[in-house]
Amino acid sequence: MFNRVWREKLIPWMIPMIILGLWQILSMNGMIPATILPSPIAVIQSGAELTASGELIDHITISLGRALTGFLIGGFLGFLFGLFNGLFKPLDLLLDTSIQMLRNIPHLALLPLVILWFGIDEVSKVFLVALGVLFPIYINTYHGIKTVDKGLIEMGKAYGLKGYSLFFQVILPGALSSILVGIRYALGVMWTTLIVAETIAANSGIGYMAMNAREFMQMDVIVLSILIYSLLGKLSDWIAKLFEKKWLMWKQLS
Amino acid sequence: MDFNPILHVDHVRKSYSDTPVLKGINLSIFQGEFVSIVGKSGCGKSTLLRIIAGLEDINEGEVKVNGERLTTINDGARMMFQDGRLLPWKTLLQNVGLGLTGDWKPKATYVLNSVGLKDRAGHYPSSLSGGQKQRVALARALVHEPELLLLDEPLGALDALTRMEMQNLIESVWKENRLTAILVTHDVEEAVLLSDRVIVIGEGEVVMNKKIDLPRPRSRSNPTFHHYTEEILDVIMEESCVKKSECKIV
Repeated sequence: MFNRVWREKLIPWMIPMIILGLWQILSMNGMIPATILPSPIAVIQSGAELTASGELIDHITISLGRALTGFLIGGFLGFLFGLFNGLFKPLDLLLDTSIQMLRNIPHLALLPLVILWFGIDEVSKVFLVALGVLFPIYINTYHGIKTVDKGLIEMGKAYGLKGYSLFFQVILPGALSSILVGIRYALGVMWTTLIVAETIAANSGIGYMAMNAREFMQMDVIVLSILIYSLLGKLSDWIAKLFEKKWLMWKQLS
Repeated sequence: MDFNPILHVDHVRKSYSDTPVLKGINLSIFQGEFVSIVGKSGCGKSTLLRIIAGLEDINEGEVKVNGERLTTINDGARMMFQDGRLLPWKTLLQNVGLGLTGDWKPKATYVLNSVGLKDRAGHYPSSLSGGQKQRVALARALVHEPELLLLDEPLGALDALTRMEMQNLIESVWKENRLTAILVTHDVEEAVLLSDRVIVIGEGEVVMNKKIDLPRPRSRSNPTFHHYTEEILDVIMEESCVKKSECKIV
């Protein structure tokens, strides 16, 4: 009936589909009361309504903007620190211990402090996301640079590479797979941080939409928000995977 | 043969944290020569080659390339390593073209062809066998038209048949390109097969400097070939490292 390619594409979706189907049936039977959990169709309907009113798109845009801004700032800083500490021994000695100490503070524990510092403004969310994203990218970049095969670096030098050419042809590609692991991990941190921050301290965004819906007992909107988060998370992971496939092509072709 | 050596190693001493590895090496290499350095593992032959490549600092003495003191990477030399050291993220062609500037592709393609890997230019190293990887590594060294080809046990990890193929390939590119080559190996037969001169290092010193007077192509079944091998092996066995702790594992 199906060829193998299609089967492999469909099988991962079987369990979610079955759960969704069961959920709908149980909701229609009244076995799951709508006040506990709305039916999938009700969630989709509220999604359609909110889309039509433009409200949903606004919230998603705001959340995405915060996520990306925080990710870019934190990711850039983490990458930079990881790079320079990995490459230059004196900097490593100076900075690594401090960064490791900061890393061990759960960044979400800073939330009360961040609210006092920045209010519930944009800055507080972006700050927290950036902080959360910084460390996984720092550690994986640092580790990636440190573990590049010394033999390859020596070979590069013996073949006349130095400075930029050595970095771009040998060191960076050697560290890339570790850096990408850091990025994928950081994307997860980015969303969880944003969810918490938006739920507690915001007046817009998806997290806010969910908290607002709670006030009015709009179960369908709450579930919708949760689903949107999971879709956005899946989407960002998928994009990261695409880059991995493109940049680490040499790994798959063995 | 040129009267002035293209490479002169003068009283070179090298130790790793108080353990002496080379204790005053003197050595001259002349244009067009194929020289092998043999010795037990751990007695400094690889270190010596790395010093010639400019990859190691020395404690005393000096290395002169065409009369000039070597202080940094030896730009006229290209090294072939035992473990290949191809960049896994570059295609074979890109690997061969490493460090070339300008219009490098035709040149890299030509040399890749000459080691018999024409159709694989776009492949990645992970798809190659050990012998093929070393062919690419050889091409990568040759493309720079090096004044000095340094071979650090490049065939050590290969099976016997591939080894023989590679020995023929190395000999023929050496001849065709009129290269000067230094081969570090633990295989005395390989050294006698390929070299004009075999140098034996024992306990950080040159203990034998033997000219091999055999016509090429050489055959292992030749009795004189056998005689050379025996003679060199005897010297190596006598000069075994007495205290293992003094030998650095290379």
